[in-house]
Order: sequence, then structure tokens, then C-alpha cells
Amino acid sequence: MKVDEIFTFGDKFYKMKTDLYQHHDYYGVDELLTEEHKLIRDSVRAWVKKDLSPIIEDYAQKSEFPKQIIPGLAEIGAFGPYIPEEYGGQGLDQISYGIIMQELERCDSGVRSCASVQSSLVMYPIWKYGSEQQKKKFLPKLASGEFIGCFGLTEPDHGSNPGGMLTNFKDMGDHYLLNGAKLWITNSPIADVAVVWAKNEEGRVHGLLVEKGMEGFTAPEIHDKWSLRASITGELVFDNVKVPKENLLPGRSGLGAPLSCLDSARYGIAWGVIGAALDCYDSALRYSKERIQFDVPIASFQLTQKKLAEMITEITKAQLLTWRLGVLRNEGKATSAQISMAKRNNVDMALKIAREARQIHGGMGITGEYPIMRHMMNLESVITYEGTHDVHLLITGLDITGLSAFRNDGK
Amino acid sequence: MKILVCISKAPDTTTKITFKDNDTHFNKDGVQFIINPYDEWYALVRGLELKEAAGSGSVTVINVGTAENDPVIRKALAIGADDAVRIDSEDKDPFNVAKQIADYAKDKGYDMILTGKETIDYNGSQIGGMIAEFLNLPYISQASKLDVNGNIATVIRDIQGGKEVLEVEGAFVLGAAKGMAEARIPNMRGIMAARTKPLNVVPSTAGEDLTEIKSYSLPPAKAACKYVSADNPGELLDLLKNEAKVL
Ligand SMILES: Cc1cc2nc3c(=O)[nH]c(=O)nc-3n(C[C@H](O)[C@H](O)[C@H](O)COP(=O)(O)OP(=O)(O)OC[C@H]3O[C@@H](n4cnc5c(N)ncnc54)[C@H](O)[C@@H]3O)c2cc1C
Repeated sequence: MKVDEIFTFGDKFYKMKTDLYQHHDYYGVDELLTEEHKLIRDSVRAWVKKDLSPIIEDYAQKSEFPKQIIPGLAEIGAFGPYIPEEYGGQGLDQISYGIIMQELERCDSGVRSCASVQSSLVMYPIWKYGSEQQKKKFLPKLASGEFIGCFGLTEPDHGSNPGGMLTNFKDMGDHYLLNGAKLWITNSPIADVAVVWAKNEEGRVHGLLVEKGMEGFTAPEIHDKWSLRASITGELVFDNVKVPKENLLPGRSGLGAPLSCLDSARYGIAWGVIGAALDCYDSALRYSKERIQFDVPIASFQLTQKKLAEMITEITKAQLLTWRLGVLRNEGKATSAQISMAKRNNVDMALKIAREARQIHGGMGITGEYPIMRHMMNLESVITYEGTHDVHLLITGLDITGLSAFRNDGK
Repeated sequence: MKILVCISKAPDTTTKITFKDNDTHFNKDGVQFIINPYDEWYALVRGLELKEAAGSGSVTVINVGTAENDPVIRKALAIGADDAVRIDSEDKDPFNVAKQIADYAKDKGYDMILTGKETIDYNGSQIGGMIAEFLNLPYISQASKLDVNGNIATVIRDIQGGKEVLEVEGAFVLGAAKGMAEARIPNMRGIMAARTKPLNVVPSTAGEDLTEIKSYSLPPAKAACKYVSADNPGELLDLLKNEAKVL
């Protein structure tokens, strides 16, 4: 990337960069896609190159979410593409959703996170478990980007073990009274609506739609992240919040409800991170052919070629794994454990590629001249959120052995 | 306002060009095709803008080609064209391409027929002029601006060292150049809408091809850059004279 021009937005200066990315498809996976998939992919990529890549580095450096891209994200279908058209979505298939997430994450995992949360963690539960009135009220506005949503499951003391959550609500007759706190919530400081998971008096988990401006509800921002800096993250604090009864998601209760949303988001992440890996590989390949040391391009050294060859091998494996998962998901057959395997494998693959790509870039690799370090730092969140790397391993372990290794206290 | 936009497909600009059959055919294997940028970015988008400004009318895209062109035609529909026509024929010879488009357009009453100023594969710049001739319409090449007021169109052409302003009354054919409009990226609504927009395939009316490509060759590889020290102008002169032979 190189700085092309400076522009101002409000009273701040931003640097613009040119995106040189070219796609890599070593096994002709494109032939497994429909013409419409490719049109969607090319359109999202063109939008990313025009409106997102020129500014992303600067926003990430400033640790700011580029709010002005929200209408564009909506236009290119990043908000609930698989939601039916009657609710403002596009009614696209699961592979289209994956493709859109991949093109966004090719630029930045933070922007993809914003879209993942809006689609899979906010629109999905409202669509699947919401009342007709809730769907009509929220989905079209979330699809158009007029509303931004967030998803509150994780708590300060309950991350990998969300079932232990303390956030709770009491039935007060004509409303519910919500108390508790959520931590690490993507989009929360700018959200118009939060899908909050909390326990009722019997200890059963339900989803509540908490709207901006409700008394006792605040969403402070978490500062000083070294990762996903172009995505905004915060808390959700509920201090005796009166939630109208019609804001409870009636369709499903129990921990399975939020976990089904995570399936959808993790599926999108499995596709998305391949984008980050591709961007690192693409940059490393170009740089290594141009960078001369000992009078020859560094791409001519076996040690560099080993890195590059292994990168494209791992990317190709992930592309095929994910395509197959997309087909299974389109057929309604993908299991949670299958999705866990793809999320775990692909994020780990992308993170390793980012680290190797950084080596290839030498000192330049640590600067914002190249996207590598940003991807690498972003992926450190992606490997932790939506189920940590190790938790997904335990899910596969449970699936293949039938024995849970989540607890060792005998409970 | 009734507008016809001619679109052709061209290899993506990043394509590695190779030939086959003893350099007599372009090797299409693994090549990504796009809509010729002059057709898409300028002719089509300006056509859409004029229709939108008029508040009524239609933009039809037309392509001479085989079914393998359908994806690029769908993209034109996703960008906003109302319908599409594909004349089912190989698009080898410019005369035949122009002839078939003219055959199709002659009794349809288009207010204007827009093409790109050239196609980025063969850069022939022939189709627009020939269509105009077949239909006995005025032709304006290399147009960078097009405005319409009632029955009068005002066109700016970029010419060597300046601009030329033209006015044309009634129907015309125009070759669109850079500057005419800003490229549009299809949005998801457009892509969805393109699913159900008509793509009419009509039979070929081609006659015999008048030209045929005999062989292709690539331009010579670029030589490496030579550096000459600033203290040594004599060496530079010598190289320009005796090696590059440009002096
Ligand atoms: C940038 C960012 C955005 C996020 N966005 C959201 C959001 O929008 N909504 C939301 O609800 N949450 C969100 N999260 C929270 C995220 O899902 C949690 O961070 C994640 O689930 C891990 O929880 P934790 O951080 O509490 O770590 P812990 O659960 O405390 O885990 C710490 C370590 O212990 C390991 N561990 C835990 N249990 C086991 C076990 N049984 N066996 C072996 N190892 C174990 C983990 O693998 C990990 O290595 C976000 C997080 C980040 C960083």
C-alpha cells in the first residue's frame, strides 16, 4: 500500500492508500461457485477497494470505527444477507454470506466483526426467535444500517462458560427488571439495540431486546485495545432497567438459543479469516518478488519459498473445507461441531500466515505501510472470541469421544 | 428516453495473455472476463444517469456473443440496465458485430445508442461508427461528456490540446470515453433484481466475416533499466545513439 492522498472528515486528517490485492485461487475453487456468487464477490471486493481499504489503516491506527461506511456495508449486503427480503434482507444463501464476510475480512477483521455481529448475532436471533412485531420493528432498520445492533453474552466472570452468567431479570407484572453487566461487546457503544442474554427467576436463559436510551442502561467503550482497533468494543451495564414484556424473544430459551447464533457467526468467521490470510499471502508474495537482497529477489530463496508455498497450501485447504461447510449449511446439515472445526482451523491458519508474512516483510512488516501487523493483531481477538481456540478443540473432542473435558471438578 | 448500450466482454486487465494453435488463437483458459470498462463505466452508467434524470425510459444492453457472455450481461443488469439482448453469434469480425446490432436496433426507435470508445482487448474502435453508418445516424467518437435537453444532445469531445463542443439533434450513436460518468458498483439489491430481469437471446443475422485474425504476437519484453551516472552525459548520448538508436 502507498499513501495517495490525504482527506478530511470532520476536523481530522486521514491518509488514503491504494489496495493492490489480487485474488488467489490455486485449486479453481471459483468453479464451485455460481455466477451470482462471483458477482457478489467481485462487487463487494470492488466496494472494499474503493471505500474501505483506502482508509482502514488510518482508522485502525487511530483506534476508531469508520462510521461513515455503515450505509455502504448495508448496500453491499453485509447486514443479514440471508434474512428474507420481506424483512429487508436479501434472502441469499449461506455461501454468499461467507463470501461477503471473506471480502470484508480481506480488508479488516474489525469491519467484518461489525458485520458478523449485526448479521449473525443480532438479526439472526430476531429472525429465528423474535415475534412478528419484533421482526418488523427491527430487521429492516438493521438491514439498512439505520440501526446498529450488539450481542451481550460474555460477562466479566463468564467467558468460555456463559452458562454461569449472572445477568438476570425479574417479572414485575407489566415489565421485566434487568440487572447485570456484559463485557467485551462488539458495537455496544454505538448500538441502537442489544440482544441481551439473561436468566429469569428460574435460572433459564432468555434473550431480551434492550434499546438505547432505556433508563439504567449504559454502554461504556473499552479503550486501549491492540486488536480490532477499527471495531468498537464496550460493556453493557444494566442497573434496574425496565424492559417492556414485548421485548423478550419468545421463540426459544435456554443456552442453546445464544449458541445457535454463535454457530452462524462462527461459520462466517471460518470464511472471513481466509480473507485476512489471503491478504497477508498476497502482500508477502508481491513483496518477496520485489525485495532484493544479496542481489536477488528474496522470493528466490528456498526459505522464503517454503513460507509462501505452505501459506498457499494452507489457504487452499481452508478454502475447500469452508466451501464444503457452506454446502452443508445450505442444506441445513452442518453441525455445531463441524463449524467449530472450521473456525478453529481457519483462524489458526490465518494467524500463522500473518506471522510468517510479517517475517517476509522484514522491518517493513511492522509498519502500517503493509496490512500484515494489523491483520496479525486483529486475529489475536478472532482466535479468542466466539469460542477460544482451545474451547473449539474441546468441542471436537467431545464430539468424537462422547466425553466432555470442559470441567474437571466432577460437576 | 429509450437507450441502447452496446457491451462487449474483455479479459480482465490483470490477465496474463497467451496464445494457442500456433499463435492463431487467444488462449481463454483460466481468463477472467469483465465488461469492457468503457462500455460499463461510461456508456452504461451515463445511460442510466440520463434515464434517471428523465424520470422515465429504458436502458437496454446488447451483446453479440455466445452463452459464455451471460455472466457479464447479468452484471450489466445488476448495475441497473432494465433488460438485455444477446445476439447468439461469435463476435469475431467487427463488421458482423455492428451489422447485427444495427439489424436488431433499426426498427426499435432508440433515442441513442451508446458504446465504449473502444474495447480494451483489440482496441478496434469500429463498432460505433459502423452501427451509425448502417442506421444512417450521426456518430460521435471519444465523447467525454453527454447532456440531453429535449431533442438536443450536447457532447464534449476531448481533442488534441483542447475540447470540442458538439450539438446533435435527434437520434445518434456515441462512443463514450473517460470522464463521462463515474463507475458504479452493483449493490446487493441490483444483484437480486438482475435475477429476474429479461435476457433475450435472439438468433444471429451474421453474414460472412470480412476479416480474420491470422496470428498474434506479444510485444517485446521490456528491457531492464540502465542507470547512467549524472557525471557522465557522454555515456548517455552514446547509448541513445548506438544502442537505443533513437538519436
Ligand atoms: C474484541 C472482542 C470482541 C468481543 N465481542 C463479543 C461480543 O460481541 N459479544 C459477546 O458476548 N462476547 C464478545 N467477546 C467475548 C469473547 O467471546 C470472550 O472473550 C471469549 O468467549 C473468551 O472468554 P474470556 O475472555 O472470558 O476468556 P476465558 O473464558 O477466561 O478463557 C481464558 C483461557 O482459558 C481457557 N479455558 C477456558 N475454559 C477452559 C476449559 N474448560 N478447558 C481448557 N481451557 C479453558 C481459554 O481457552 C482461554 O485460553 C469479544 C471478545 C473480544 C476480545
